[in-house]
Amino acid sequence: MTDVQNLEERFQAKIDAEQKIEPKDWMPEKYRKTLIRQISQHAHSEVVGMLPEGNWITRAPNLRRKAILLAKVQDEAGHGLYLYSACETLGVSREQTIDDLLSGKAKYSSIFNYPTLTWADIGAIGWLVDGAAIMNQVMLCRTSYGPYARAMVRICKEESFHQRQGYEIMAVLAKGTPEQKEMAQDALNRWWWPSLMMFGPTDANSPHSAESMKWKIKRQSNDELRQTFIDRTVQQAEVIGLTIPDPKLKWNEATQHYEWGEIDWTEFNNVVAGNGPCNKERLAARNKAHAEGAWVREAALAHAAKKAKKEKVAA
Amino acid sequence: MSHQDALFTYTLRLADDLLILSHRLSEWCGHGPILEEDIALTNRALDHIGEARNLYTYVGQVEGKGRDEDDLAYLRNERQFLNTKLVEQPNGDYAHTIVRSLLFDAYHLPLAEALTKSTDAQLAAIAAKAVKEAQYHVKHSSDWLIRFCDGTEESHRRAQEALDNLWTYTGDLFVMDEVHQQLLKAGIAPDLTKIKAAFDATVDKVLAEATLKRPTDGFMATGGRQGKHSEHLGFILAEMQYLQRAYPGAEW
Repeated sequence: MTDVQNLEERFQAKIDAEQKIEPKDWMPEKYRKTLIRQISQHAHSEVVGMLPEGNWITRAPNLRRKAILLAKVQDEAGHGLYLYSACETLGVSREQTIDDLLSGKAKYSSIFNYPTLTWADIGAIGWLVDGAAIMNQVMLCRTSYGPYARAMVRICKEESFHQRQGYEIMAVLAKGTPEQKEMAQDALNRWWWPSLMMFGPTDANSPHSAESMKWKIKRQSNDELRQTFIDRTVQQAEVIGLTIPDPKLKWNEATQHYEWGEIDWTEFNNVVAGNGPCNKERLAARNKAHAEGAWVREAALAHAAKKAKKEKVAA
Repeated sequence: MSHQDALFTYTLRLADDLLILSHRLSEWCGHGPILEEDIALTNRALDHIGEARNLYTYVGQVEGKGRDEDDLAYLRNERQFLNTKLVEQPNGDYAHTIVRSLLFDAYHLPLAEALTKSTDAQLAAIAAKAVKEAQYHVKHSSDWLIRFCDGTEESHRRAQEALDNLWTYTGDLFVMDEVHQQLLKAGIAPDLTKIKAAFDATVDKVLAEATLKRPTDGFMATGGRQGKHSEHLGFILAEMQYLQRAYPGAEW
């Protein structure tokens, strides 16, 4: 047996025994790469996700909603920070990770390439998008890589507040004026299918899934998580009197699950490939902020260097 | 002017400054120079909006006509807003945003401290809550200004430009008109000459450390307290009030 085989066996045994992998532990290069890809995508999603919601902060309909939305988008920035830090424990700098986003090399959740057209979209994002994200994130609290799992525990607490505030926005709109109810239904119609796409390709077409399950990075399959989300959300829609835009939706007594229609995978592939409604705008906004902030970051670094030099001379 | 009218106007001035500055800071959300600053600016926007909400609620009580915080924020027009021209100035580059904040913070902190001793118990209580936040705000904006000035040639130049551009708008902060005089006599509002002295001390200290030149008090742009604003305010309100105006009476 070679040394690497031996190490891999010990690594897998540790995972099978539900022990966390920590930054200084030996890990297969592919495990490290998979995590870097996944955590950085997650971090980018938090940061890019600030844009569609930030779009409504200055137009929030009352002061309470404005404060809640500000706090929520601030949370997303915080999640981005923890996740960039978790990524750094795998040996890749935040600058490098961010450069990959800005150049278009790294991906982020495609859901944020859809526009927030009305105030109800802020409700729909909280309810559906954060709701779908939580399904994944609750699972990730038990992921095998320690820093990622720990970041996720904190993120989950905040995300569940996000989901509730989104649902509350929708509930208020749904029992509001006819125009408000129409706004809420329209948002549900536009966000429902993209939210289901957030769980990724079907298990049969998911290229990274088997290995991720073996390494317990992932612990439930895309299709399982998607089904749980649907079962939960359909009932929530009924409670507030909104209709899920899927004519094939039907409760199946035997399986105790909802049957549902077909995701438009052509749309999914298009958005992933960069042809969603806002892909260009989102990347352009991040690049603009980065470029316009360059002199600020340079100034901060120059000041820190001068200060350190002065302190050294004084000492 | 009745005492009630004076207190209404004065409290509205305090609230409008905070709401409009919060609005400007929130425009940065998602577009900051570094993620930590997105968080810091959002934090500040939240602090300001929190204090503004308390003040608006109190304004509504003083007025006694049943207006709540949202009626006051969303259903008044340009001429009825009484914030200083300083806070409505556009964000510009990050130096403008930081300098605008520092000039406001250097006024807001001593103001909040003084208001804790106001004979108006409600204003004193709201101010007491704001003091700690305001201390952090001064630290945040002055730390950045010092960084800019000690940083690179470009950052130093940008900071000086921002200071030169925004200085004129500090005039509005210290106007003591009839409304103010009346409340000063009643021990409700502080003496703004004292607030100005504290403002000067903070600003001079930061500018000295930052090696920036303090602009001279030449022509000072005033009028905000009387609802005579720059052209920027109308656009802020058009954006902020859009939903309340488009769907009158709806609950959100």
